[in-house]
This record gives sequence, structure tokens and C-alpha cells, in this order.
Amino acid sequence: MPISERTIEHLARLANLDLDPDERERLAKDLGAILEYVERLADTEEGTALEIPSMTQLREDTPTPPLPSGVAVSVAPERHNELFKVPPVLGSERPKPA
Amino acid sequence: MSLLALSAPILADRVKKGEIRAAHVVEESLARIEAENPRLGAVLHVAAESARSAARAVDAAIGRGDEPGPLAGVPILLKDNISTIGMPTTAGSRILDGYLPLYDATVVEKLRGAGAILIGKTNLDEFAMGSSTENSAFGITRNPWDMTRVPGGSSGGSAAAVASAMTPVALGSDTGGSVRQPASFCGVYGLLPTYGRVSRYGLIAFASSLDQIGPLARDLGGIRAVFDAIAGHDPRDATSSPDSGMARRDGALRVGIAEGLLSRSGVETGVAARLNETAARLERGGARLVPVTLPDPDKAVATYYLIATAEASSNLARYDGVRYGLRVPGETVESMMRRTRSAGFGREVKRRILLGTFVLSSGYYDAYYVRAQKSRALLRRAFLQLFETVDVVLLPTSPTAAFAVGDRTEDPLAMYLADVFTVYANLAGLPALSVPAGRDAAGLPVGAQLMAPPFGEELLFAAAKHLEGTAA
Amino acid sequence: MSAVRFEPVIGLEVHVQLATRTKIFCPCATSYGATPNTHVCPVCLGHPGVLPVLNREAVALALKWGVAVGATVPDRSIFARKNYFYPDLPKGYQLSQYDRPITVGGSVPFRVDGAPHRTRLVRAHLEEDAGKSFHPESGREAATLIDLNRAGVPLLEVVTEPELHSAAQAEALLGRIHQLVMYLEICDGNLEEGSFRCDANISVRPAGTEVLLPKTEIKNLNSFRNVYRALEFEIVRQSRVLEAGDKLVQATRLWDAGTGRTRVMREKEEAHDYRYFPDPDLRALEIPARWIDEVRTTLPELPWDREERLSRTYAIGFEDAQTLAGTRALADYFEAAALEAGDGKAASSWVLTEILRLYKLSEDGWRGVRVPAAGLGKMVGMIRDGTISGKIGKSVFAEMAETGKDPEAIVEARGYRPISDPEQLRGIVTDVLNDHAGPVRDYLSGKEAALQFLMGQVMRRTEGRATPHLAREAVLLAIEARRGENAE
Repeated sequence: MPISERTIEHLARLANLDLDPDERERLAKDLGAILEYVERLADTEEGTALEIPSMTQLREDTPTPPLPSGVAVSVAPERHNELFKVPPVLGSERPKPA
Repeated sequence: MSLLALSAPILADRVKKGEIRAAHVVEESLARIEAENPRLGAVLHVAAESARSAARAVDAAIGRGDEPGPLAGVPILLKDNISTIGMPTTAGSRILDGYLPLYDATVVEKLRGAGAILIGKTNLDEFAMGSSTENSAFGITRNPWDMTRVPGGSSGGSAAAVASAMTPVALGSDTGGSVRQPASFCGVYGLLPTYGRVSRYGLIAFASSLDQIGPLARDLGGIRAVFDAIAGHDPRDATSSPDSGMARRDGALRVGIAEGLLSRSGVETGVAARLNETAARLERGGARLVPVTLPDPDKAVATYYLIATAEASSNLARYDGVRYGLRVPGETVESMMRRTRSAGFGREVKRRILLGTFVLSSGYYDAYYVRAQKSRALLRRAFLQLFETVDVVLLPTSPTAAFAVGDRTEDPLAMYLADVFTVYANLAGLPALSVPAGRDAAGLPVGAQLMAPPFGEELLFAAAKHLEGTAA
Repeated sequence: MSAVRFEPVIGLEVHVQLATRTKIFCPCATSYGATPNTHVCPVCLGHPGVLPVLNREAVALALKWGVAVGATVPDRSIFARKNYFYPDLPKGYQLSQYDRPITVGGSVPFRVDGAPHRTRLVRAHLEEDAGKSFHPESGREAATLIDLNRAGVPLLEVVTEPELHSAAQAEALLGRIHQLVMYLEICDGNLEEGSFRCDANISVRPAGTEVLLPKTEIKNLNSFRNVYRALEFEIVRQSRVLEAGDKLVQATRLWDAGTGRTRVMREKEEAHDYRYFPDPDLRALEIPARWIDEVRTTLPELPWDREERLSRTYAIGFEDAQTLAGTRALADYFEAAALEAGDGKAASSWVLTEILRLYKLSEDGWRGVRVPAAGLGKMVGMIRDGTISGKIGKSVFAEMAETGKDPEAIVEARGYRPISDPEQLRGIVTDVLNDHAGPVRDYLSGKEAALQFLMGQVMRRTEGRATPHLAREAVLLAIEARRGENAE
């Protein structure tokens, strides 16, 4: 199925990617070709129930010692004391309650 | 004879007996890498100092009479999507350039515990997405058999390293064929373990329900030794299976041959020929050949790409420039994230993220993702049924031998189709082994692939053992 | 006006932080107030290659909730990824539940001004909390700072059906849910620390209709009072919209306690597509019936049952029973005192006034209330059987509050023993009558009130220690004797 550049733009927004017009055009073509190939799945029987396997492991509620102060942020691109630092958030609040 | 040409368990045995010093093995390995890597581009990072130090520790332990572990002194290279403390771990991506992990993957802990010497990290397609190791942000890797050709991917660095005897064994990861196909292109063995038999904790995720870490080696003994060292249940991985291997059934090995696949378009004559010879060798050794029909390979590839890209699109969301890795500045955090990801990810990765996002997006989720999962369940059921009548299935690892560098980079679909015979095993969670099956007319290696039921690694080894004895 | 024409339709979403020692998917500690970014590990930091493993205790606590509210628990529950980007969301997705949450349905009974209500629940599901973002400055130095200590803390998100029809109902239900999670000990209920958070969904509709109009989600409600105020505000605002002939739009608004208004949040043009899919690292949790049965045995008496029983057993008014059953600690205290006292009504009166006062003043919760429940009960019993007067009781109580000593010991030590010896009383009474001849004559000539005065004098002279009814007898006896004399 053909994919429009507009769809690519929407997907890029969801995936937090910037694409230049060249990339957008190329990707629209690539994705279109791939999806065409993928249409072969169209005749899969609907009746099959989706079986989701079980997790093989649970954890006991025993705490591990804390990381020493500063270690977690030591690998960060930017920090402010012990906090991760990023540019300000544009939207006023997070999308869903914290 | 170079120490590095020895089979890993034999090497370890000689080290334990004191006949060889681990320190010497390491020096040979480092020298070999220095000599070969500039032209092959297989190794991204060499951890010379820590390797030397680890080797000294092994030698000292042996001197004291302590048990140094089953892989004592064996140098090993790890694909650079496996987390190693203090060693750069890039996943072949700009977005992790310079990232130093805070923890070791479980397999790394196990290898250290087994006395193996971690020499360094190998090149891969970025985030394991690719079949040629041409998608790395840090240059391509070349096939030691023919420098104009690719080593396969995504574990091309590990395959090329083992093939050129930089180390006797290496670890790769396999999501749709990424251990087996490069093993096949480079003339070495490559194992995909049963899903859940090797912990994924510390493997940088591409597609969580398909990824497995697997060994590459020049001989079967090396495969077995590394597999034994890294397999086992891990409480840090909730997909890790507590099951151990299934016992071998008595009697002649029943080998399923998927004849239909060999006549499929795109399968090179050399590949088909070597496959048929492999079947004949097995039969000469007492195996019974049974014609089987495998599920539609095109459907399998389609199913694979829908599931793999969907999971990948989500797994790669954490690369946002906030807590580690690359950051490209921006006025707002939103623009910082977009710029970081756009600059940090290569074309193939972006392509797959977008495809995966599409597959999961509202309005398409049922038609694509859910349908793909149902198709996958059917495929697994078909294989389990098949394995009631055969012990292993024999088929090519890849339709072709190694193709030329640059041949498929502009045609993603063609690249994806290199996986057509390998995705079965990942989708169905089965173990599979690529064994060297000779060379084609151009002198390039061709691999034959054996698939077994879940936890049937012993069946693979039994079949492969037989083939090892009857050289191609 | 609008209150008559429009009826509110309200549902609540409550985020309950489960009282586990570690996070939901990794073994980092959940304790509050640690140095930023120390209660973290590669897993909750979302480092490359990490995997989640589910905390068994978080499940157990969620199951406790499910059993308490009579919800259905599936035999397999599925974890899902909710995909979106935010700097304090390390993986770029939140592990949560979509299809097959840990509980479905159930209901919560509560009261509004004594009238019984019951609201059904849609579901409750497990999810991980995100980290905390701070936006310290604006302008050129603007930045967002992030602490991931809270990222991965286990939450139970409880969703009620939109069956509430007033702000008062919503506030009462919220209070009941808060009470319940504390009774069950699945949450510490600390609103300041963010252990218990509430969002409300509200739309209004013409009274008497069944239609469900687009709802407004209100966030930033950090107290029960604010829930009430915000909903009241929205009822008026939305009613005005409809009255003006406009349409309600689905929106998210923030409550501003300072101005007493809600305001629209700045939204992206598109609604979020969270692309939920089952998490391939966790997949499904098996919940055998055995586990649920085990959990059932750990349930305490539920608050609504306890209220009922206290009221019935101790013959106290329902409102008082509600207050006493407010927390398990208070209810336990009351029942221990009532048992010892043999008089629930009398004990309740002391607990509701004096003990609650001490509790509120205490800086250390119940540990700061030094009056032992049994001690209070004993004291109430002593007043009841006349061993001490109510007035002495107050002094004894004051000393118990100070020292925590046994009331009998206090009475002994202070010499509060009542004066009940007839000899002794007669002597004191004689003195009193001799000193107050006038009132004696008044009583004898028919002024009843004079008796009270004389009684009062006897009590004063004995520092309240005269056993009242015996003192009264003695006075009457002595006065009557004098009547005879006077007659002579």
C-alpha cells in the first residue's frame, strides 16, 4: 500500500525524528514497497487467539543499596549537581498524570 | 601452529594444564587484531590492558592450583551491542558514541566467571539492523574470504574476526539470522540458541521477542563450550527459561529436507549444490532424510519485519539524549530529542523505527501487528508439528553466498530477503545452527542450516558432529 | 439556576503508590527523600540492554485491593507499553496495563452526610511511576532538572465508573478510597509526598437525560478539599457553556488552588497515540486462585464493616462510629478502651474528645499519645462504678497523658481514693453543717437548692473525693437529724 509523505511526517512526529524532504520522499517509497510485500499476510486466518506467554520470573521485595551520589548522572550529557539537566519543556505539563 | 587456530576447549585445556600461558594467547590475539583489523574493520574497540590483566589473573589462579573455569585463557570478542562495564558499547550507532556502560551483561559475567578473556568489541549493523554490517556508523566490515564482499550481518564483525582467527570464538546476537547468516558468509559456525536459553540482560534490545545472543566459532567444540558457559536461567530476565536441554532420542537421526526451498528463485546454484551434498553426507552417516514442507517463507519474512520493527520502534525510544549518549542541543527538550535522534540514528534504523511506529499506530495495529502475531503463532505450531516426525530440519542458511559491498544498500527489500531462511527459527523460538558446508564456484563459503525443536541443541550438535567428521 | 437544569457526571482516577520496599520492576528502594538519582539502577534509568522483572509484593498488594472491593481478578494479567516521550520517562515508554488489567470491576460503598452510596469501579491496573521534573528558572537560564528516584515506583491506578453526581459525593468517595488503602496497608496515604493522587473527570448534562457529553479531566488536585472546589467550579463553568448554547469539548484542565479556577493545559494539536502493545519482556502474569485465597486471609475488617459493627456493638451513634472507625489505629484504640471500661458509650466520648485531641497535638502520631487504651478504659470504668468522680477522672487523665501510668496507681499515689467511710463522711458533714447553719435552716424550711450548696461544700472540703451518693446520703441523714432537734 502506498504511503503518503504526510503519513511519514505524522510517524516521524510520533517517533521524535526530524526528516528532510529528501528523506521523507525516500522513506515514503521504501515503506510503501515494504508494506506492499507485507500485504501477503492478508489471508491469515482470523480465528487464532493471540497466545501471550507467561513471564518466567518474579522478584522478591528486597532493596539493593543505593547508587553513590553522582554516579547515575556521571554518564549524562548535561547535569546540574545530582540532577539530569535538559532544556526546558515546551508543553506545560506531561501528557498523562505522573 | 597459531594458538588461535586451536579449538577453544582444547586451548582452555592446555592453559589449565599449564602448557600454554593465557598471557601468550592474549598477546597473539592482540597482535593478530593489530595486523588484520585495519583491512577488515571487524573490531571497534580493543581492551588490551584489561585483557592482559585478566590473563595474568587466570595464569596466577592456575599457578595457585585454583579452578580457573572451563574457558580459561580463551580470548573472546563480543558484538558491540553487549553491555560491558568500562568498555565502550555503541551498538554501531552514533547515538551511543562514547557511552560507557555502568553494568555487565549477564553473559559477560558468565564468561568472566568461566575464565574467558574479553579482548574487545566487534562491529555490527547499527542496533543489529541489517544483513551486511554496512549500516554501522563506524565503517564497514569486510569478508576475510574476499575483501570486496560483505561478511554478512548484523554480527559481521564477530564472524569476520573468528574467520580470520583474531579469536577462536566470539559472541554475536541473532534476531532474524544475524549470527547464522554472517557465519555462513564467513565459513564459520554460528548458533542461535532456543529463545530464552541465554539471558538477554545486557543485550541492547532490537526486537525483544526475537533477540538471542549466540556464539560463533571455527569449530563445533568452540560453539559448545561457549554455549555451555553462557546458557542458563537468569533471574534478571523474565523471558529466560528455567528449562535445560532435551535429551536425545535414540535411533537414527531423522533429517527433514525442505526441497521446495532449494528451487525457490534467488537461491544460488552453489548454495543448492552444497546443501544437497550436506544432505547426502548426513545420509551416508546413517541419518534418514524425510521430505518436509516448511511454512511460506515470504509470509515468514513479512511476519518477521512487522513484529521486529514494531518492537524496535519502542525499544529505541530510550535514546533521547537525556541520560547518556549523544546529545544535540536544542532550545526545548522536544527539539533536543528530535535533533539528537535524527543525527544519531542512521538511515536503516530510521526506516525501521518509522515502519514499526506505523505497525503499532492507531488504526493499523490490528491489521498489522496483531495479525503478524497470529501468523507467528501459526508458524510455531506448524514447526512443532513438523518436529513430531523429524529431529532436525536442514535448509540453506542464506539463499546466496556473500554479496558485494554496496550491492543491496539501495534496495532494502532485497536486503531483507537475505533473511528468508533464518527468520523461521527466531519467529518460532527454535534453536538453529549454521555449519560451514563448503564453497561455491567463486570460492566463497556457503552455510547449511540445521533447525531443531525447542531445547533441542543436542540434536543440532549431534547432526553437526557428524558433518564435522565428514569434511565437505 | 444552572444547578437545577444541569447534572454533573463525575468519575475519579486515583493513583495509589503501593507500599512496597522496592520499585515495581527493579530492586531499588522506594523510600522518600533520598539524594536525587541515588535510588536508581540501570533498569529504572532505562539504560541500553536492561530488562524489567515484576515485584511480587506489588502484585500481592494489588490483589488485596481487588479482593477488598469485590473485583474480578483474571487468571492471567498482561503488561503493556504505553509509548510517549518525556524527559522523566527513561525508556520512552511507560510499563502499564491495557488489556487484562490486574482487576476488573468491583465497587466501593461510602456515605455522604450519612446517606449510603456505592460506586462501581471500572478497573485497577499496575503501572510504574515516572521521575520528577523541576523547572527552576525561565528566560535564558531556563532548564528542566530531573530526578529519577521516583521512576519505577509501583502505582495502582484505580478508575471509577462515572457514577458520581456531586462534588460532595466525589470528595466522600475519594476519602473512602483513601481510608481503604490505609486500612489494607497497601499505601501510606501521604498526600504531601505524592503517595495518593487523584484526577477527576467531569461533564455536565441536562438533568434527567442519560447522554454522556465530552468530559474534562482535571489534574493537580492535591487535597480532598481541592477536589471538591475544582469540581464545583467545573460544574458552574460547564453549565454556563451549555446554557450559552455552546458545546463541551474534551479537554484537560489544571486546577489552580490560588485563583480557585481551572485553566486549559497547553495541548499538542493531535491527541496522543500511545501505541499500546503487550510488553515482550514481561508478557503475562499468571495469577493462580491459591494466591488470591492467600491474600484474602490477610484482609483486615473493612472500614464499612467496622463502622457498622462499632455502631451496633457499642450502641453509639453512626456518625461517632464513622469517626472512630476512621483509621484502624483509632478503632483499635477505642475497642481496647471500651472492652476494659465495659462501657462503649462512655469510652467513645473520652476517645472522641480527649484522645483525638492528644493525637492531633502529637508530633509522633499514636506514639505521642501516652494514654494507654486499656488505661483509659480502666479509668472510665472507675468513674462508672463510682470509685472516682468525673472531676477526679479529669486529673487522672491529665496525669496519664503525661506519664502513661496506670490509673489505679495514680489514684493510689495521689490519694485520690474516694472518701466513702461513713465515719469520715459524718465528721466532715457535721463540720459543714455547723459552718453553714443558714443553708441548713433554708433546706429544713423547704428550699431544695440549699442541699446542692451543702453538697458542694462537702465536695470542696474533700477536694472532690467524697463519693457523691454516699455524701448525699450522709448530708440528708445529718440534716434530718437536726430537723428533729430543731423541732424540740
